[in-house]
Amino acid sequence: MIYIFMFIAAVFVNNIVLSQFLGICPFLGVSKKINTATGMSGAVAFVLTLATIITWIVYTYLLAPYHLEYLQTVSFILVIASLVQLVEIVLKKISPALYQSLGVFLPLISTNCCILGVAILVIQKHYNLLESVVFAFSTAIGFGLALILFAGIREQLSLLKVPKGMQGMPVALLSAGLLALAFMGFSGIVKL
Amino acid sequence: MKKLQSSLTNMVLSLGIIAIAAAALLAWMNRMTEEPIRLAELAKQESAIKEVSPDFTNSPVAEEILTRSADGEAAACYPARNNGRLVGVAVKTVSHNGFNGDIELMVGFTPEGSIYNYSVLKQGETPGLGTRMVDWFKTDKNRQSIVGRAPARDNMTVSKDGGDVDAITSATISSRAFLDAVNRAYSVFQQVSAQIGDAPAAAPEAAPADTTGVVTNN
Amino acid sequence: MKKFGIILNGLVNENPTFVLMLGMCPTLATTTSAINGLGMGAATMFVLICSNLVISLLKNLIPDNVRIPSFIVVIATFVTLLEMIMKAYVPSLYESLGLFIPLIVVNCIVLGRAESFASKNNPFDSMLDGLGIGLGFTLALTLLGMVRELLGAGTFFGMTVFPDRYGALIFVLAPGAFITLAYLLAIINKIRKVS
Repeated sequence: MIYIFMFIAAVFVNNIVLSQFLGICPFLGVSKKINTATGMSGAVAFVLTLATIITWIVYTYLLAPYHLEYLQTVSFILVIASLVQLVEIVLKKISPALYQSLGVFLPLISTNCCILGVAILVIQKHYNLLESVVFAFSTAIGFGLALILFAGIREQLSLLKVPKGMQGMPVALLSAGLLALAFMGFSGIVKL
Repeated sequence: MKKLQSSLTNMVLSLGIIAIAAAALLAWMNRMTEEPIRLAELAKQESAIKEVSPDFTNSPVAEEILTRSADGEAAACYPARNNGRLVGVAVKTVSHNGFNGDIELMVGFTPEGSIYNYSVLKQGETPGLGTRMVDWFKTDKNRQSIVGRAPARDNMTVSKDGGDVDAITSATISSRAFLDAVNRAYSVFQQVSAQIGDAPAAAPEAAPADTTGVVTNN
Repeated sequence: MKKFGIILNGLVNENPTFVLMLGMCPTLATTTSAINGLGMGAATMFVLICSNLVISLLKNLIPDNVRIPSFIVVIATFVTLLEMIMKAYVPSLYESLGLFIPLIVVNCIVLGRAESFASKNNPFDSMLDGLGIGLGFTLALTLLGMVRELLGAGTFFGMTVFPDRYGALIFVLAPGAFITLAYLLAIINKIRKVS
């Protein structure tokens, strides 16, 4: 039951993009088309879950026992960067089809702050491994939901006549603001 | 100088050296800042105790009592004494029900068991909403202030749940979590108040008396 | 004069927030008040200057293929140093910026400048570039924080301008961040077109 609450909280209430402001760069950058947004969400979900598991293990069994907590940032970002490379290589070998759809997004992911952000958050919140996995996966779903919704809005926006000064980024940000406003309506539906 | 070639040895060497240098630098800095960080945390704790207790002459930190609340959360108590007489007890507790992470409070009680003042040590609530707990529950308006209330007599929950405290406007969850921590602090206070009396082991008051308000120093 | 141009470039022509649209996460998340925006900008500037300097010094010692991981390690080191220093000497600011201090590591601005400027220029110019970009970022964050704080809470750097019951709370909350930035950008686009 707790895991269902966690899922709802991470997807709707504390949506990583719209209320925590993590992963804004891909949110604004690859949201022009629904197709690319879906691909990006898939890649993030995959890497985020994997990266959280590995960084959790690194922290719990390597850093914490030797009191090396101060190396957290350095080691996490290295783990994430190498993981992304590794996933890229493995994916290319094993599943060229999947690589075709996700591959182009992988290099963009290592500087996606929601990966490092979630890795640090699960440590800060003292989650155990299973909780961390659930949290990471639901966060990724929340990211995907926000990204795809936003891409849908932007596809429509591109057909509309927008005042000159507001064209491009300003109007996109404004609609992101309204989306965030809509998500605020979810606040309080689960208590965690 | 010519740029190094990307041969395997060069790559491993340069990355390795950078990593080792970085780790060494951080280890050194970690040692250098360990003491200031500890002092900063201590100073924060002390100023919080000062804020939530009447004037005292002892060192409450030196008399720290580490304990656990009835539901198993770690808590700490700091007795404040003025010339040996107990004037207040600061209790540090936590609530896990915050909107975004734990809420840590320092709640000051008078020896009679009414709330003297409180201070928020840690919170990650929504800026502009939940964060207003920092002074909301001290502001004397309607029924929102908890200062001077005695948890033994008042129902310390938000009015929405049938309690006697007005929640922060549109931040009921944060308010509930805040009061959760306050009630936990009170239960810890009840546990330890038997142990701490005036300095020369005076008779402790077992049940919180009905008197409210601030105990004035003689 | 050329040196001054490097700084000005970061402030105006290549302003990381308003022109390049980089580093949006801290821009939106930490600007709930002017002072937080200023603090976040200053923290990022510190990392930018230090990492630009060191990367420029090391640029010939780092083989191309391990360039990115090496840069990341250098940047992460300075971020951790900054974290420790802030924890020790400005704990309250550190707490209000929270998660976003370690996340400077993945701020695209820092890695971007390392890659596009510091790895090609001499150490002094790289430092100036870090300073310029850092100032541009700080300026943008402070401005955004000022607007949001004023509209949302009725205060200016913590000083009350009008009672907070007249403030539109929405500007301090998440949607307000997007909306404020949208209008600021529109205004800036307008000004740039005119001049």
